[in-house]
Amino acid sequence: MPKNPNVKRVMVIGSGPIVIGQAAEFDYAGTQACRSLKEEGIEVILVNSNPATIMTDRDIADKVYIEPLTVKVLEQIIEKEQPDSILPTLGGQAGLNLGMELEESGFLKEHNVKLLGTTAATIRNAEGRQEFKDLMERIGEPVAASKVVETVEDGVEFTNTIGYPVVLRPAYTLGGSGGGIAHNQTELEEILENGLRLSRVGQVLVERCIAGWKEIEYEVMRDSAGNCITVCNMENIDPVGVHTGDSIVVAPSQTLSDKEYQMLRTSALKIISELQITGGCNVQFALHPTSFEYCVIEVNPRVSRSSALASKATGYPIAKVAAKIALGYTLDEIKNAITKKTYASFEPALDYCVVKIPRLPFDKFITAKRTLTTQMKATGEVMSICDNFEGALMKAIRSLEQHVDCLRSYDFSKLSADELRERLAVVDDQRIWVIAEALRKGISEEEINDITKIDIWFIDKIAILTEMEHALETEELTPALLKEAKRMEFPDNVIARLSGKKEAEITKLRYDNDIRAVYKMVDTCAAEFEAHTPYYYSVYGGECEAKRTSGKKKVLVLGSGPIRIGQGIEFDYCSVHATWAFAKAGYETIIINNNPETVSTDFDIADKLYFEPLTIEDVRSIVDIEKPDGAVVQFGGQTAIKLTQGLMEMGVPILGTQAKDVDAAEDRELFDEILEQTKIPRAAGGTVYTAEEAKAVANRLGYPVLVRPSYVLGGQGMQIAISDAEIEEFMAVINRIAQDHPILVDKYLMGKEVEVDAVCDGTDILIPGIMEHVERTGVHSGDSISVYPAHTIGKLVKDKITDYTEKLAKALHVKGLINIQFIAIGEDVYVIEVNPRSSRTVPYISKVTGIPIVDLATEVILGKTIRELGYEPGLQPEAKYYAIKMPVFSFEKIRGAEISLGPEMKSTGECLGIAKTFHEALYKAFLGSGVNLPKYRNMIMTVKDADKGEAIEIGRRFEKLGYTIYATRSTAAALNEAGVKARKVNKISQESPTVMDLILGHKIDIVIDTPTQGRDKHRDGFLIRRTSIETGVNVITAMDTARALVSSLENKAQSEKLELVDIAKL
Amino acid sequence: MAAEEEENQMKAFLILEDGTVFAGTHIGAEKEVISEIVFNTSMAGYLEVLTDPSYAGQAVCMTYPLIGNYGVCLDDMESLKPWPDGFIVRELSRRPSNFRCDISLQQFLEEHGIPGIAGIDTRALTKILREKGTMNGMITTKEYANLDEVLPKLKAYITGKVVEKVTCKEKYVVEGVKELSENGPISGSARFDQEKYLAGEREQKPSLVTQLNGKGRKVALMDFGAKANIVRSLAARGCQVTVYPALTTAEEILKDQPDGIMLSNGPGDPKECTSIIQEIKKLYDTDTPIFAICLGHQLMALATGADTYKLKYGHRGGNHPVKDLATGRVYISSQNHGYVVDTEKLDRSIAIPAFCNVNDGTNEGLAYVGKNVFTVQFHPEACPGPQDSGYLFDRFLEMMDKAKAGEKVDAAALYGKQEAGDGKNAMSAVNEEAAGVTNETKNEGEVR
Repeated sequence: MPKNPNVKRVMVIGSGPIVIGQAAEFDYAGTQACRSLKEEGIEVILVNSNPATIMTDRDIADKVYIEPLTVKVLEQIIEKEQPDSILPTLGGQAGLNLGMELEESGFLKEHNVKLLGTTAATIRNAEGRQEFKDLMERIGEPVAASKVVETVEDGVEFTNTIGYPVVLRPAYTLGGSGGGIAHNQTELEEILENGLRLSRVGQVLVERCIAGWKEIEYEVMRDSAGNCITVCNMENIDPVGVHTGDSIVVAPSQTLSDKEYQMLRTSALKIISELQITGGCNVQFALHPTSFEYCVIEVNPRVSRSSALASKATGYPIAKVAAKIALGYTLDEIKNAITKKTYASFEPALDYCVVKIPRLPFDKFITAKRTLTTQMKATGEVMSICDNFEGALMKAIRSLEQHVDCLRSYDFSKLSADELRERLAVVDDQRIWVIAEALRKGISEEEINDITKIDIWFIDKIAILTEMEHALETEELTPALLKEAKRMEFPDNVIARLSGKKEAEITKLRYDNDIRAVYKMVDTCAAEFEAHTPYYYSVYGGECEAKRTSGKKKVLVLGSGPIRIGQGIEFDYCSVHATWAFAKAGYETIIINNNPETVSTDFDIADKLYFEPLTIEDVRSIVDIEKPDGAVVQFGGQTAIKLTQGLMEMGVPILGTQAKDVDAAEDRELFDEILEQTKIPRAAGGTVYTAEEAKAVANRLGYPVLVRPSYVLGGQGMQIAISDAEIEEFMAVINRIAQDHPILVDKYLMGKEVEVDAVCDGTDILIPGIMEHVERTGVHSGDSISVYPAHTIGKLVKDKITDYTEKLAKALHVKGLINIQFIAIGEDVYVIEVNPRSSRTVPYISKVTGIPIVDLATEVILGKTIRELGYEPGLQPEAKYYAIKMPVFSFEKIRGAEISLGPEMKSTGECLGIAKTFHEALYKAFLGSGVNLPKYRNMIMTVKDADKGEAIEIGRRFEKLGYTIYATRSTAAALNEAGVKARKVNKISQESPTVMDLILGHKIDIVIDTPTQGRDKHRDGFLIRRTSIETGVNVITAMDTARALVSSLENKAQSEKLELVDIAKL
Repeated sequence: MAAEEEENQMKAFLILEDGTVFAGTHIGAEKEVISEIVFNTSMAGYLEVLTDPSYAGQAVCMTYPLIGNYGVCLDDMESLKPWPDGFIVRELSRRPSNFRCDISLQQFLEEHGIPGIAGIDTRALTKILREKGTMNGMITTKEYANLDEVLPKLKAYITGKVVEKVTCKEKYVVEGVKELSENGPISGSARFDQEKYLAGEREQKPSLVTQLNGKGRKVALMDFGAKANIVRSLAARGCQVTVYPALTTAEEILKDQPDGIMLSNGPGDPKECTSIIQEIKKLYDTDTPIFAICLGHQLMALATGADTYKLKYGHRGGNHPVKDLATGRVYISSQNHGYVVDTEKLDRSIAIPAFCNVNDGTNEGLAYVGKNVFTVQFHPEACPGPQDSGYLFDRFLEMMDKAKAGEKVDAAALYGKQEAGDGKNAMSAVNEEAAGVTNETKNEGEVR
């Protein structure tokens, strides 16, 4: 069926800010889909509140609205833009829900707008619990049997029909308390009785327990003619019970025979056909490990994280094809972009093995529970490709960017066999390391399988790796052994450690014996057809398919690895734009990256894509073949910067700012010299290695002080210390990870934080705009609300900032991007931090000023001057509107994480509010981040003494908005004394009703809770904040944020209708 | 230990007739073989591949690198023994894992005397076969210093008349099921009983068959190397299936008065089966409904005057899209063939294309004009591979029902529209374009 001629203007809904469970994969999918629609001559109207994405670039869509993703806003955009259709299946669950709401309210019909792709009825059938269950029963596909019961007898009777074990989930209890797994009638009766009592509505869901079954997923495509294919299947190494986003996943499935494989494939096709999905769909199955019994766990009638992974794992562009299908094309009409000969109506054949490992944020949330459950916690993931599983696993491990490079990186060697057995039962992110140790201690593969339910095939593969470790430790390192270790992708430095040699010796032995990485192509067809897409992965042994192509100059663009807190999608944005800019300048571009969720790892972004870990050794192997004329590291965040030294040693010129200048910015003494020369003030401080030194410096400066490691992103490990005891604690945490670099201790200055991104050509600088933080110093810049243009600082301060930026950029010989953070106290400006590279504000400031600074930086790197590029150097004129970047957090997903803001970054994403007035922009920004108030007009305040004064002012303003204020004892006293009516509530330990009861009553809009200075170990505060977050209450932990919120709510009272801004026209 | 293993592994070599030598490690039985080297892109189903008689006279290279992961479950065999002369893999799993695993793949190969090689760059081998076309090769543990003594032998190797080798020796009857429940559950909801399983009572696989529409029908299956699932697919629908050796005469088959005749898949060059072709022509001349798969499809085409040619490197795998030219629907199919019917030389007054391959536009099925005869190149019986086209067995049952009811059936009627045109088939323009794809090389790489 050809393209539907009635589709001309399509509105695409994005997924909004990055949160856990909804991350960069939707930028990848959305960008691919928008490009695919534009290719067909469709006018694309894009709505997404996330400014860090590539999809919100003006060249990706025709109209770009970075507006809050709410039904009201979308309705307004539809009225203004009058699209004929909307495509809701590419923006994750957020996009899908919005599409559904618009459809169900009748708004779409009223405005003659069609839902493209899958219909609303289909979505209801797939997403509605009961509808889905009914449909599955109708077509004879099994789901885990379940029933809501209200008595113990009913529960026992039902369980007798479905068999033990069963999972019990009481309705409406916090965090699933009162639930559990019953293996027999005694346990069942006990748990049920308790659960029924705890459940507010006296109901418990009894469900067949499928924990421990194999979890298998299929990515399926279907077109309007009913043609169906499966793109690939994937097997979770972690059995059912761990969210697939937190599981280690392998593609294709490894332990299924053709009978099981086809049984589930047929089921997946049956389901997608019955649901009449047009587009992409993900079906998750639980497969009994010792039988043909299976259950359908879930169907996602849209593009998902798994489909991004499947796309990268196979080369099949799911989002692109889904977009074409939405336009009416059938699978046999859409060309396979990789072979350019075959069509989209085929199933990729893999001739390699893919391993995905989630990137979990426990390094950021050290108080959080590491346990993995059905609630996803990962912020990102890495993928690796190899022709053997061991190699793929080893590559994925070292791609994680969390100081791990082999199965010994977490040391469990001190645990006894019995302790290990216990530890094996714990399902967390270190489980494969525990398995490795258990194998070393002689625990059998069968026993490990029995405890973990992980298939023996995978356990044996881990055993093969530990045997190789042992061989490297005990045997002579012959070329044959080395070759075998490299086949399993042991890095040289690990081989060196194990064999007691130096890394350089290993590398030399390797080169001397011609043991080198070769590259194979991902071609969707296992070499059956000739492919044209240079998408490569490394293996040891065999023919090398990657060839140096001559002609153009070559540039290596180093990506930023997995999405983690502090290094998000922004750096992918920068890498992709730099790649495009280099291509425009006539370069052949080569990207190395390992993140399957991103645009940069789409095979048509660069001329060549190497899907590889970002370590010096892995990069060197590519450099050996490609011999690039230069590499850029300034766009890939810390991951890329880290490789600078190594690249230089390989003889690859670093394009743009030089390594020594990057060092000068990070090295305390060198940097102090520069500040001395340029006469730029900064907070006093010192460089230390030990806790003793740190305390000495702190006492010299006077508390509070800021303690932080150098060479990190996202303020990792950064803390404000108020006492010697805290210094000791923080130093212990920082030093848990071996430090090559010193630790910085600075006097903490309280003031207004200001940030600039600038381009420097060596002579001139260009500052697109100055951004000002709402929160005062002490809150990490990534977690602060950021306002452009800076509206509370005067001309004098702005001039100083411009002057300092120019001086610093020149002193550091910056060629390309620089990011500087300042503190403004009155008319004084201090420099906090200088990063001679791209930053997380680059996409935001580029979009809101319309100045494409990555492109400009790239041109500058290639030798153009700012003037030649048509810009007048210096600070650019301010815009006539306000653009506010609001951080978005995922605290509710991470059990036990401390949520109060501080110098260490905690947000996972951001959204934008853009408007003519500051207050409307602020309101939009809050709305975009999910703060949609007022609802109940009740709030709780509990603030530390230092904040009481501000609390009164803020409380008064909330009171005026009609809020009832509840407060803990001393806060209530302060408020009442100042004439702000506050009801006193009891602390948790006191008698009911306590502050906890209030929160659990689900009638609270906001909790303002500022923790006492330093790190709050006070149990009450922590519990209040956690409980609030987990019950969906907005929690504010900084007074500045509270003030901003009340301002925005005051403004909301004035204007209900928002003004929409098409940023493509800025 | 790793190094020890290395030492314990015997070296093996794969020598291609173009002189390429791959060095790897020896697997399977210890012997030297010369065979035609082909590759298969299925990611699962290596046992079904090994036991598919169509591979007789060939050595198979699996493009998926990790083979043997789930061992060998004897229930899944598609015939009584493995047929390829040799087996070529990137890596043979050290420890198979699956609840039904009976023995390891290594044991299986050894027991059946099949030599193999592991640890070679199977992707490089695949690319050679793709670019130069299917060729002969030798798997050996002997290190030949001088290839000149080997290469002439490789070039001289001919697959020969393999159908006679693989067909059954005597005719036999398989009764159809009486109750649907005998087939196993419709979906995967069956409860598994570990004790029963261990006691040898194998759990039944979920069945695709939802009705006994073949009950009371007698099917004659000509066994040219039939995969077991052809018989199973018919019997599961209730048909009584009589399996005949390949060289059975038409008269003998017709004497048993079957309701329908099924021509099976099988190995080798169809043109070598001259006597069988003659018998098939006689079957064609009757009014008995005929359904044919793979080699059967090619033989029917040859019997009715059409021509076949050898593809450069064939279609072997479980991901080939085929388009039903009556409906435009595309199905993903299981395939294993090196020869194909030449649609350009096809007399469209005798047969018209019913299916085509979406990748390269080659023929995938024929409907015979004015006859109750329908044939496909791919494998609706799957095993290994997608089960999407299993509905064709139901179509065959309908063909039989209509014949039984005395209806005059024209299999080509469904595809009638394409005759009205300029004689071209109904492939869409895009597929015409695709027909230029590398695999179709009629003029070179011709039958040796």
